[in-house]
Amino acid sequence: MSDIRFETPATAEAAVALLAGATGTAKLLAGGTDLLIQMRGGMVEPALLVSVKNIAEMNMIATHAGEFRIGASMSCMALIENADFVAAWPGVIDAVKLIGSVQVKGRASVGGNVCNASPAADSVPALIAAGARAVIAGPDGRRELAVEQLGIGPGRNALARGEIVTSFILPRRPARSGDAYLRFTPRTEMDIAVVGVGVNITLDERGVCCAARVGLGAVAERALLVPEAAAALVGTAVDDAALARLAGAASAACRPIDDKRGTKAFRIKVAGVLARRAAEIAKQRALEAS
Amino acid sequence: MAKHHVTTTINGNPVEYLCETRQTLLEVLRDELDMTGTKEGCGTGDCGACSVTLDGRLVCSCLVLGVEAAGKAVGTIEGMAEGGGLHVLQRKFLEHAALQCGICTPGFLVAARSLLEANPDPSEEEVRYWLAGNLCRCTGYQKIIEAVLDAAREMREA
Amino acid sequence: MLTRTKDEEKTLKVVGTRPVRPDGEPKVTGLAQYGADFSLPGMLWAKILRSPHAHARIRAIDASRALALPGVKAVITGADFMEQPFEYVGPERVAVNYWHMTRNIMAREKALYEGHAVAAVAAVSPAVAAAALKLIDVDYEVLPHVIDVDAAMAPDAPLLFEDMITRGVEPAPTRPSNVSKQIDFRLGDADAAFAAADEVVEMSFKTAPVHQGYIEPHACLARIGADGQGELWSASQGHFVVRAYTAKLLGMEIGNLLVHPAEIGGGFGGKTVIYVEPVAAMLSRKTGHPVKIMMSREDVFRATGPTSGASMTVRIGVKKDGRIVAARGVFRFQAGAFPGSPVMNACMCAFAPYDIANVHTTGYDVVCNRPKAAAYRAPGSPISAFAVESVLDVLAGKIGMDPLALRLKNAARTGTQTAYGPKHAHDGYAETVEALMKHPAYKLPLGRNQGRGVASGYWFNGGGESAATVHINEDGSVVIATGSMDIGGSRASMAMMAAETLGVPYEKVRSTVADTGSVGYNHVTGGSRVTYATGIAVVDACRKIIDDLRGRAAQIWDVNPSGVVWEEGHARPASAEVGDFAPLSLKAIAAKRAVTGGPIVAEAAVNAGGMAPGFATQFCDVEVDPETGAVKILRFVAAQDVGRAIHPSYVEGQIQGAVAQGIGWALNEEYIYDKNGRLSNAGFLDYRIPVASDLPSFDVVMVAVPNPNHPFGVKGVGEVGIVPPMAAIANAIQQATGTRMTELPMSPPRLLAALDSAEGA
Repeated sequence: MSDIRFETPATAEAAVALLAGATGTAKLLAGGTDLLIQMRGGMVEPALLVSVKNIAEMNMIATHAGEFRIGASMSCMALIENADFVAAWPGVIDAVKLIGSVQVKGRASVGGNVCNASPAADSVPALIAAGARAVIAGPDGRRELAVEQLGIGPGRNALARGEIVTSFILPRRPARSGDAYLRFTPRTEMDIAVVGVGVNITLDERGVCCAARVGLGAVAERALLVPEAAAALVGTAVDDAALARLAGAASAACRPIDDKRGTKAFRIKVAGVLARRAAEIAKQRALEAS
Repeated sequence: MAKHHVTTTINGNPVEYLCETRQTLLEVLRDELDMTGTKEGCGTGDCGACSVTLDGRLVCSCLVLGVEAAGKAVGTIEGMAEGGGLHVLQRKFLEHAALQCGICTPGFLVAARSLLEANPDPSEEEVRYWLAGNLCRCTGYQKIIEAVLDAAREMREA
Repeated sequence: MLTRTKDEEKTLKVVGTRPVRPDGEPKVTGLAQYGADFSLPGMLWAKILRSPHAHARIRAIDASRALALPGVKAVITGADFMEQPFEYVGPERVAVNYWHMTRNIMAREKALYEGHAVAAVAAVSPAVAAAALKLIDVDYEVLPHVIDVDAAMAPDAPLLFEDMITRGVEPAPTRPSNVSKQIDFRLGDADAAFAAADEVVEMSFKTAPVHQGYIEPHACLARIGADGQGELWSASQGHFVVRAYTAKLLGMEIGNLLVHPAEIGGGFGGKTVIYVEPVAAMLSRKTGHPVKIMMSREDVFRATGPTSGASMTVRIGVKKDGRIVAARGVFRFQAGAFPGSPVMNACMCAFAPYDIANVHTTGYDVVCNRPKAAAYRAPGSPISAFAVESVLDVLAGKIGMDPLALRLKNAARTGTQTAYGPKHAHDGYAETVEALMKHPAYKLPLGRNQGRGVASGYWFNGGGESAATVHINEDGSVVIATGSMDIGGSRASMAMMAAETLGVPYEKVRSTVADTGSVGYNHVTGGSRVTYATGIAVVDACRKIIDDLRGRAAQIWDVNPSGVVWEEGHARPASAEVGDFAPLSLKAIAAKRAVTGGPIVAEAAVNAGGMAPGFATQFCDVEVDPETGAVKILRFVAAQDVGRAIHPSYVEGQIQGAVAQGIGWALNEEYIYDKNGRLSNAGFLDYRIPVASDLPSFDVVMVAVPNPNHPFGVKGVGEVGIVPPMAAIANAIQQATGTRMTELPMSPPRLLAALDSAEGA
């Protein structure tokens, strides 16, 4: 009965090389809040763990020309404590705050939340709505991928063997933009989302929505970008009629399952309800932002 | 494969231990170091009974590997009392009867201290949300919240 | 025989105050030792192999590959345990059958639930033990399973025991079934009396099984020596019961097993039974080493006893003026894999708060393929109360009567005949209703989507066997030792009662929980019995000490003992005629103990009767989100007759904790099984107990109608608070939405579906 090999590379390229070159199951260890549970449950039995907590670019946050670059393995708490990011992307922060308890957020990372590819992951709908891109390092170099393309199925992501997400880039925020994330859980905290909705909108000077993105989580085999829902808002003042169309489009986009956390019918209905409520918050934030 | 030789600091004291990769920090604390004050309630980060601090950050020790503590500062319940006297929070938990069976108490104390370091004047709602990661089945939380708010008051006045 | 004096009106100095508990410091510094915190040199670690099937015949178990793994020291199966006679022993309500118990500890012919223990390994490390489990080959013949209680009662249901003939039916059935027992309680003629009612409501209800949810998994350390003697360190609600059960299953004399009471991390009834102790003990016997076991959280959910899920039908008839004329309840309870659900309690408690001349309750104890039910806080009563208190609410609405007024009109009082035999011997129920009627929040207006609901509850409370020892130390300080595990601060209340009786400061009295070798038999800490029964034993022992001290003072003063009184912690001359002697403190007499008879010690033992039941009435305000079915508890007011609160903080704590559990039971907690009978939510992530942000602060109203049978008027308080909340919340939801929920939990998907269909779809 052999133990698991444990490495702590200092660069992303070194981590890539370890993962790509491994014989047997190799897993990236960031916060460990998903991986350790999977190991305990016997769902994964790695021969090699590659900890990325020492890789500087993956554990820092930087801004440049209005863009934010978030290290994929920085802890959620560290991200929440970044006042500039909180001011710019309150909806993404809404989502990150819900990833788990304070203890879990002290270790968990957005990169892990996205790449673990639970369809219910909280950060994903908000990042999708934000138009975030993942920066991926791999054996063949670096590439970028929109977050909505990263999850492909329950527990499956689009990364090739040896690839890791090093950071997420959030685009520059136009004026009069606001985002929000809401989820439904039976308790106020500590639950996996039964439905998660991220809405990001930009208003023009007249208060008319000129751009929108809507992300939905926990209602399909992966988190969804829902263009039809966004289209319901664009060109409107985000009034009740537009919100009703938004809700309808969000519900229509769902292809959920019955599981121990919610029924199909419940998810479809509540997706519409939360889309409407999130859009109202996003609109309010857009109006308050200059 | 040889075990990891980990050098770390626990409650301000230099500590060394041997552990396998698969052992969590919780298992190391309890089974290798006899520091049984940190409790296992679930092993999956859902109950907070294993709460410790890692470089000052509140975490579940069941979700940290023992080898990951290398070079870091670990804070456990055993280090909370200062120089022969109880920490204000510990005292307030006793005064307010904020424990019945006491199994969740170490986790709550570590989590509450972390809260008051981050936010010395929390509202009741903020206390409840910060402590949502710590389950208690005996008290219904009420006296725990009262103890934390009272401790915060006393610490602010000091 | 010491007499119990009535509650005195003199000012109490210690009882009723809120001192810090004597065992507090180790608990807040991480030094208190719970079941998993003990080690011994040479200790082995044990793990238990559990059935992955809900129902299966065990054809063979081959442990040879496991035994060959380096570091494995022993493997045991059901075959290692001796057979036990098949008979139900003890009082009917709490009967034990060791034939069942030994099979629950480790399966024999069949695995009867997913998680049922089938083998166990002792090895040099937890990792080796875990690896060894994977090397044990079990040949299962998977059988059809049944879990739901109604399904288990269906004529074509798979049978857990092919020879189970329902007890309590005359004549006995000719065909076997899953119904272990049927019971009936009758008072008057309920069926006929419904004819006289102006309004009759009959409704059916279903509840899901819920777990006690203690944060500490079961754990123990066992050391059995080659000479047949052994020790156990165990987290339980009663180490004497642990000793008895473990000794029985291992074929040991009780005196050969010494059980140390570890601190316990919650029990709520679930730790009045054993799971790991006999396994650890058997492995220790086999290996010659101490053996430690700790259950994982997943195993706690898969393999330890929750309370029953139930299917119920309740029918109540009232006159227009609110008088209840007839009540009928049929209660079908899941026992789990072995008989013994709390359905009898449910039948007895269901209508007990009320004075009803015609009552008929019927209960069915039904086995099914899930863990054997264990006690959970007022076992059975919360479940039948959900049904009864909901129906009462519907009736109150039909006759246009305030729900508290309806309850007050029918309130049981001293002398009221219960449906299960005795007459009520205590008041207290009406007082809880009146307390809420007067509560300022009861009249507060509510807003949109908000509603207020009321419910009451009853629990017998226990008395039973307790023993306590009191020692006066050489310096006059006091140590009291009982055998009652301290789950919620009872060391403090024992010390307080002793200090009050002896007339000394609280700080002079230290209170311990002694092992089974050091104090007389104490029954479990459960049934809300400890402050009552063990308190009586402590006070009786203190009174013996006082008599002894008076005698010693008499010796010192050379007077007749009848001339000495004990007041405020001192021996004093009874009058001036006796002599002019300065009062003697405990310290002074203790200093002279050697010449006045030696050590100053007393023990008292009781089989306490005369306990008063628990009565609770509660109301709660909820707000329902009509678009999602989410329920927010805005306010919860809980009134309870506590007799007298020895330590008010700990009494409040019991009520607050009970209400919190009730809220979880009402809104979110349930076992979710897949189609193979496997538990899908075996963890705190998806078995959703309330977190701190889910709950408001509660308003606890302690009503005090003292029980004259206890020296300080105590009534048990630990349990009854969990009886009303589910119905109170269902009634509040009905007020908020117009929709009546008859199934628990009232989780958002269920509530939303009910709201949507009520709208007319």
